[in-house]
Amino acid sequence: MKTEALKLWFDKRLGISSAVELAEKKEIPLHRHSIWYYFGGMTLFLFVVQVVTGILLLLYYRPSAENAFESVQFIVTEVEFGWLIRSVHSWSANLMILTLFIHMFSTYFMSAFRAPREITWVTGVFLFVISICFGFSGYLLPWNELAFFATKVGTDIAGVLPFVGDFMLRFLRGGDEVTGATLTRFFGFHVAILPATTTVVLGIHLLLVQMHGISVPPGQEKESVKKMKFFPNFFLRDLIGWIVAVGILAALAAIFPWELGVKADPFASAPAGIKPEWYFLFMFQTLKYLPAKILVFEGEVIGILAFMLGGLIWLLVPFINRRTDSKKAKVVFNVFGGFVLMFIVVMTIIGFLD
Amino acid sequence: MDTNGPEKPSRRRFLDILLGTSAFATLGAILYPVFRFMVPPQIVEAQQNSVVAAKTSELANNTGKIFKFGSKPGLIVRTDTGEVKAFSASCTHLDCIVQYQPEAKNILCACHNGIYDLAGKNVSGPPPRPLDEYAVNVKGDDIIVTKT
Repeated sequence: MKTEALKLWFDKRLGISSAVELAEKKEIPLHRHSIWYYFGGMTLFLFVVQVVTGILLLLYYRPSAENAFESVQFIVTEVEFGWLIRSVHSWSANLMILTLFIHMFSTYFMSAFRAPREITWVTGVFLFVISICFGFSGYLLPWNELAFFATKVGTDIAGVLPFVGDFMLRFLRGGDEVTGATLTRFFGFHVAILPATTTVVLGIHLLLVQMHGISVPPGQEKESVKKMKFFPNFFLRDLIGWIVAVGILAALAAIFPWELGVKADPFASAPAGIKPEWYFLFMFQTLKYLPAKILVFEGEVIGILAFMLGGLIWLLVPFINRRTDSKKAKVVFNVFGGFVLMFIVVMTIIGFLD
Repeated sequence: MDTNGPEKPSRRRFLDILLGTSAFATLGAILYPVFRFMVPPQIVEAQQNSVVAAKTSELANNTGKIFKFGSKPGLIVRTDTGEVKAFSASCTHLDCIVQYQPEAKNILCACHNGIYDLAGKNVSGPPPRPLDEYAVNVKGDDIIVTKT
C-alpha cells in the first residue's frame, strides 16, 4: 500500500495521529444555552474574512493623504469586484464586532470565565480591545471627511487624559494635528502591529480553549450534560453558519455597498452628522450628557476615566467573582452584566436617533 | 574540594546578577530607540504670526471663510455690517473645524452642535471656552490676520 506508507511517513514526522486523536476527543456540551457556543467560531470566521479581504485591498491601497482616497475610489470603481471586496471588508468588520460582543456577553452570563479559564477570559478581553483598535484605525484609511473628523475627535478625547494625554495625542496623530502622518501611522497599526499582536493573543486564546475544553454553565449539572463530538458534528454545524454568513455578507455588500463619501480636507469646516462607528456610539453619547464641569474636574476627563475603570473591572471579572457556585454572587454579577448590556444598548440606540 | 562548597552559591549569585543586569541593559538598549522612534519629532515651523487670510473683494458681507494659519485652520467672518473678524477655526470642544452660518449669524461646530457668537464666545452646546480671536488689519485689498 503506497498511500499507507506515505501516511506513516508523514505521521512519523508531523504527529498527525496524535492531533487526530485530540480532535476526536473534543466535545461540545449540549444544553439549552448551547446556541451561544457558535459565536466564538463565527467571530473567528469573520476575522479570517477580514484577513483575506484586507490582504486583497492591500494590492491597490496607497497609504498617503494625497493618494488614499483616490486609491479606494479606484478600487471600488475600476478594479473588478473591487466594490465587493471593499464592502465585504467593511461589513464583515462590523459584523465581527457584533458577534464579538455577543460571544463576550454570552461567556460572561454563562460564567465561562471561572477557574481555570481566567486567562482565556483575559485574552478574550484583550482581543476585544484589539478589534476596537482595528476598527478605529481602519476607519481613517479611506481618508474621507467623516473619518477625518471622527479621528480628530477620537484622538482629541485621548488627549484630555491627565498626565499621558499630550503624549497619547501626539503618539496617535504622529504630530499635533491629524495629517498624512496620522494616516501612515494608522495604516501601520492596522496592517502590521495589530495583526501581529492578534496572532499571538488569538493563538493563546484558542490554545487555552482546546486545553480546558468547552465550559458548561454552573446551572447545568456537569455529569448529566449530553455531549456532541466536535468533529464532525459540531464543526459541520459551524460550517453551515459560516456559509450563511458568506451569503449575508455578499447580500449586504450588493444591496448596501459601503459609502466612500467626500475626500477629507484638513482646511474645511466639519460637516453635520459626524458620528463614530456604532460600537463607539455609547461612549460618545455618554460623554455628551456629562456637564462641562464635575466639581473641579472636566466632565469629559471624568467620563473617560470612568470608562477606563469599567474596562478594568470587566477585564478582572474572573478574579473579582471567585464564588460562581454561590447563588448570591451569581445574582449580583448577572445584575451588573445586565446593567452594562442595557447601558450599551440604550446609549447606542439614543446615539443613532440623536 | 570542601572549601569550594560555600563559595559556589556566591559565585553563582554573582554570575546571575551579572547576566541579569546585562540582559536588562541589552533589552533597554534595544527598546529605548524603538520607543523613541515611535514618538513623532517636534517639527519646528517658521513661527507665522500673520497671514493674508483673504482679499476684501472676495469676501462678501455676511460670509465666512476658512484660511490656513500655518498648519492650523482659521475662520474669517465678514458680518452684514461689513466688520471683519478672525478666529481660530478649531472648536474648543474636540478640535473639529467650525463654520460661519449666514442665516443664524453665528459660528457653528457641526460635530456636536456647539455655537459661538460673533465675538467668538461659546453660547450653547459643549464648547468649554471661546474661540481664540485674532487681530484683523486691512491693507488695500489684503485682509491680514495677526496673532494677538
